[in-house]
Order: sequence, then structure tokens, then C-alpha cells
Amino acid sequence: MDNLRTPLAGVKGLGSAKEGVSHWWGQKMTALLLVPLVLWFCFALASLPGANYESVVAWVQSPVTAVLLILTIGATFYHAQLGLQVIIEDYMPSHGARMTTIIIVNFLCLLFALIGSYAVLKIAFGT
Amino acid sequence: MNTNHPVSPHLQIYKMPLTGLLSITHRMTGAVVSLGALLMVLVLVSVAGGPESYAQMQQHLSAWYGQIFLLGFTFALYFHFCNGIRHLIWDVGWGFELETVRKSALITITAAVVLTLVTWLVAIL
Repeated sequence: MDNLRTPLAGVKGLGSAKEGVSHWWGQKMTALLLVPLVLWFCFALASLPGANYESVVAWVQSPVTAVLLILTIGATFYHAQLGLQVIIEDYMPSHGARMTTIIIVNFLCLLFALIGSYAVLKIAFGT
Repeated sequence: MNTNHPVSPHLQIYKMPLTGLLSITHRMTGAVVSLGALLMVLVLVSVAGGPESYAQMQQHLSAWYGQIFLLGFTFALYFHFCNGIRHLIWDVGWGFELETVRKSALITITAAVVLTLVTWLVAIL
């Protein structure tokens, strides 16, 4: 089928992108994972005995909480990165600005996923 | 590709159907929750920082702008959550009949509002 495309079309990158299903699948898998995780998060916060520092720290220090929190943070920022990328692709016509914005968003999602995970570990392993 | 050609007005003329409205709201709440997630990480950092930084964060969240942020964040989260489930159900292939789509739209909005109200009642009481 490739001989039906002109060389210029190939160089310009016209036609089907041929990849994108992994993006969609990753979005759906993190969405599915986030359904119970978000429910757990909201329910756990609502069940906290108090909003004071000691209650929150005690809650995070529980091993189940710490692991679920890191899982939630990771799934959230992966899901967010995929979703934000689609929004940027839809609304930014300039190729350069679009690519730059997507790259910055990717870095921010990675950065904040790591910052969040580090904070959870610091609380969990702290005294 | 820069196309500055004239476009006939559409949003100023046609009323957007409920399903379209929910679709763009899903996108907007997604963006809001992304920003909210970033701020929630900062809340976590304030807990990791010790009782003083925690108290400072609590002060900010208790202020008027903190409460507005929390209200917006909780509603955006619940709406995106409920509509996201609606999307996952579509992905399995169910619920594409027009009447079902309209009903699921109303269920989504109701669930999101109810969840927000319940959360805030639990928080205040």
C-alpha cells in the first residue's frame, strides 16, 4: 500500500498516525483503576477522626494507606497527562507551541507524581 | 497551518444539546482536577513538612479562597468521576441509545451534585 503514497506525503508525515491506541488504552486502564482509588481516598478522608496533624500523619503511616496513596498519585498524574495532552492537541494549532506545552506538561506530571510519592514516604517512614 | 478565515457564528446561535454540554464539562473538569491534583500534592508536602507547615496549609484552606478552591475541586472531581464511569460504560458498548444517553446524563449530574453536597455536609458536621 505504501507505493500509493507520494514520497512528499511520507516526508511531511501526512496520512494515518498509525499509533494512538496505547494512549487510549492507558487512559482507560488508569480510569478504571482510579474508580476504586478515588472512592477509597474520599471515603478515607471523610472517615478521619479529625483534621488535626496527628490524625492525618497516623493515617498516612498505615502501610495500606501509604501504598494506596502512592498508587493513586501515580495513576492520577498518568491519567492527567494523557488527558491534558489531548486537550492541548485539540486547541493549539501551532506545532512548536503545542509540542513545547505537551513536553512541559509531561515534565510537571512526572515531577509532581514524584514529589507526592516522596512526601508520602517521608510521612510514612518518619517518626 | 494558520487559517484566519471567517467562520459563521454557531455557539451564539444554536443551543448546545445536553450531551454536548456534559462532554465539554467533562473536559473542563478534567483540566480543573489536574490542577487540583497538583495542589493536593502541595497539601501532602505540607503534611510531610511537619506541624507548622501543616498549620499554615490549614489556614490557607480555611480562608475564603481555600474554601472556594475546595468546593470547585470536589464538584469537578465528582462530576469527572461520574461522567468518567459513563464513558467507561460506553466503552463496553452499552448505553448508546439516545434516550439512554439523555437519562445517563441526568444521572451523572445528579450524582455529582449529591456527592458534593454529602461530602460538604460530612465535612462541616
